Amino acid sequence: MNQPASAYFIEDRHDPNETHTLAVLVQNEPGVLARVIGLFSGRGYNIESLTVSETEAQKHLSRITIVTTGTPMVIAQIKNQLDRMIPVYQVVDMTQTKRSIERELAMVKVRGQGEHRVEALRLADAFRARVIDATTESFVFEITGNTDKINQYIDLMRPLGLVEVSRTGVAAIGRGPEGM
Amino acid sequence: MSDKSHDPNQMTGAAMIVRALIDHGVTDIFGYPGGAVLPIYDEIFQQSEVQHILVRHEQGAGHAAEGYARSTGKPGVALVTSGPGATNMVTPLTDALMDSIPLVCISGQVPTHLIGNDAFQECDTVGITRPCTKHNWLVRDVNDLAKVLHEAFYVATSGRPGPVLVDVPKDVQFATGTYHPPRKSDVHRSYAPRVKGDATQIRKAVSLLANAKRPVIYSGGGVINSGREATKMLRELVEVTGFPITSTLMGLGAYPASGKNWLGMLGMHGTYEANMTMHDCDVMLCVGARFDDRITGRVDAFSPGSKKIHIDIDPSSINKNIRVDVPIIGDCGNVLGDILQVFKAEAKKPDIKSWWQQIAQWRARNSLYYKKSNDVILPQHAIQALFEQTRGKDTYITTEVGQHQMWAAQFYGFEDPHRWMTSGGLGTMGYGLPAAVGVQVAHPDSLVIDIAGDASVQMTMQEMSTAVQYELPIKIFILNNQYMGMVRQWQQLLHGNRLSHSYSEALPDFVKLAEAYGAVGLQVHKPADLDGAIKEMISVKRPVLFDCRVAALENCFPMIPSGKAHNEMLLPEQANDEATAKAFAGGKALV
Ligand SMILES: Cc1ncc(C[n+]2csc(CCOP(=O)(O)OP(=O)(O)O)c2C)c(N)n1
Ligand SMILES: [Mg+2]
Repeated sequence: MNQPASAYFIEDRHDPNETHTLAVLVQNEPGVLARVIGLFSGRGYNIESLTVSETEAQKHLSRITIVTTGTPMVIAQIKNQLDRMIPVYQVVDMTQTKRSIERELAMVKVRGQGEHRVEALRLADAFRARVIDATTESFVFEITGNTDKINQYIDLMRPLGLVEVSRTGVAAIGRGPEGM
Repeated sequence: MSDKSHDPNQMTGAAMIVRALIDHGVTDIFGYPGGAVLPIYDEIFQQSEVQHILVRHEQGAGHAAEGYARSTGKPGVALVTSGPGATNMVTPLTDALMDSIPLVCISGQVPTHLIGNDAFQECDTVGITRPCTKHNWLVRDVNDLAKVLHEAFYVATSGRPGPVLVDVPKDVQFATGTYHPPRKSDVHRSYAPRVKGDATQIRKAVSLLANAKRPVIYSGGGVINSGREATKMLRELVEVTGFPITSTLMGLGAYPASGKNWLGMLGMHGTYEANMTMHDCDVMLCVGARFDDRITGRVDAFSPGSKKIHIDIDPSSINKNIRVDVPIIGDCGNVLGDILQVFKAEAKKPDIKSWWQQIAQWRARNSLYYKKSNDVILPQHAIQALFEQTRGKDTYITTEVGQHQMWAAQFYGFEDPHRWMTSGGLGTMGYGLPAAVGVQVAHPDSLVIDIAGDASVQMTMQEMSTAVQYELPIKIFILNNQYMGMVRQWQQLLHGNRLSHSYSEALPDFVKLAEAYGAVGLQVHKPADLDGAIKEMISVKRPVLFDCRVAALENCFPMIPSGKAHNEMLLPEQANDEATAKAFAGGKALV
């Protein structure tokens, strides 16, 4: 590779990217989310999806679920960098354990009449989406599932009058009796 | 119910801060007052256990605290006001984060009810310093203050050390609450650095070491941070194994420069023998270093044939730049101790005679060669002369950033840890002078020298005033080449010698400047006068600015041009125009 005049060795990395879902258990205190997000922006990591909520109020524990992409070396870095943050208890790579379930919830607004309206309802049924709001010319559907399923559903709604989508981002949990 | 007014643990937030400092054994702090810290300054005024050193700029307080920390192994403490006081701390905090220096910074903040209102001298201090601290806190309730302060000291000094900041609004400083002395429960349960290395990994490491034919030990600042015990273990390991050892800029002094297994520093401006040994080794033991880009050169050609063992207390340092075979997470001293124990019980000294013969050939290239002159002082010669004159004395060296820093690392022999304070990770010009102030505060009777450059030294020159006020006899030894030499060197090698803004135009008269501060100024031009002038500098028991006029256009060699591997170093005797042009040709990359 031709090196530009630089203070650093600029290198091509050819390792393929992987997508991983990380569950991060943190102390719920002011600034903790800013720390986590700052780590990603500061070190140039990707965030595909992020969800956060307090999960154990008495213990002030929150769970952050992050979907990220990177080479295997970068993914390992991300986990280590998260783990060394003071308020972080635990980082679990839900993708690596292979035994996890991922779900997302989306609310999808579709506007249309006649054939399109009927078709939208039929597809909703096939995807187990529920109608949670309706007018004579629109529906709001609620759908849960993994990211692929939701993407697929949204793609199908597009020609039927898709107006708006709101998604929660991914939440993940391990299978079986053990906790994290 | 007991009467609260007689409870000795009832006190104001400001009093708690001073009390916590005392409880953590702090005897000296560096700071600068302002509206948002006046209650703390009022407490400082009314006691004598903690000495406050008034700097001239908050950046100076930060670097002084760093110098103090690095020369003592204890945390350095800085106290600054809100707004500009806090923003002026960003450079030293970042510097300390990069070099893993334990620093506790206490900053004042506007009163709680004004936070977010763009109040006078308000800034989002925890937001601004979040990426440049190991951790930081905004304390909104005086009853949380004791716990946070104790945790701050623990986080700064344990695991991989680093800077922390506690932001205390002025109303919290005034408010009365309950103090408690440090206790275990003050620390986040989520924070538990691992100290002891994994036994299986340690066995794997020993077996690699015992069977090595071409081993090398590559040590870094982590060994020094870990403490005296780590240095002792490292030295013993070198003794027991007979292995060659090199070190990063940060690790100098862990193994003595006069030791027979010493290869000199490695990396971009490291010695030929150190870099070649790294490149050709079959087993590399990396202790408390992090395969930084100034060390590795081209990553895909870095030590291609070796099995690598990496000891580090920070798991995120492992496999960050270079993939290693045997990672061991733990404290350097602890892990080295375990390795030694297993090695002594189960292995014997490997026969590596032919490896040492190979190393001797590389050494014979004399990669630190330079041509002395009778007319003009060569900067390398100036460092050597300084080293000779201070050898055996109780000396501490700090530096600024540039060519002089690299020459100091190459030509000053460090025999012990904690004697060498330089800004490695961040490369902060202006670090050395205030750092020297901090070192001298910690070691009032020692000889403290800042090896400086004419450009860098002007960045924090104001701290001369601090040195004079507190009678700190620091010596500022300026290698005055009238250039930002390192920048000029890159421009020469990389940008067609177009010296864009790298000439030190309108330099002050350093002798007069010293006198203006009430310090001593010395100037020397001729090689013949150098030794005498250095003697004089040492004997003066006051702060000295030493203007050492050196050859203006000298370049720092050897060096690894970037995009090149360790075995593609440019040596001084090859560094004529033609060879240099070739080394940097095509790629056109320098560092
Ligand atoms: C705060 C800061 N600004 C800019 C730089 C970039 N820089 C690195 S070395 C250098 C020149 C230093 O000149 P001098 O102090 O005279 O040292 P010399 O290289 O001449 O020995 C500069 C500008 C830096 N390291 N730090
Ligand atoms: Mg200079």
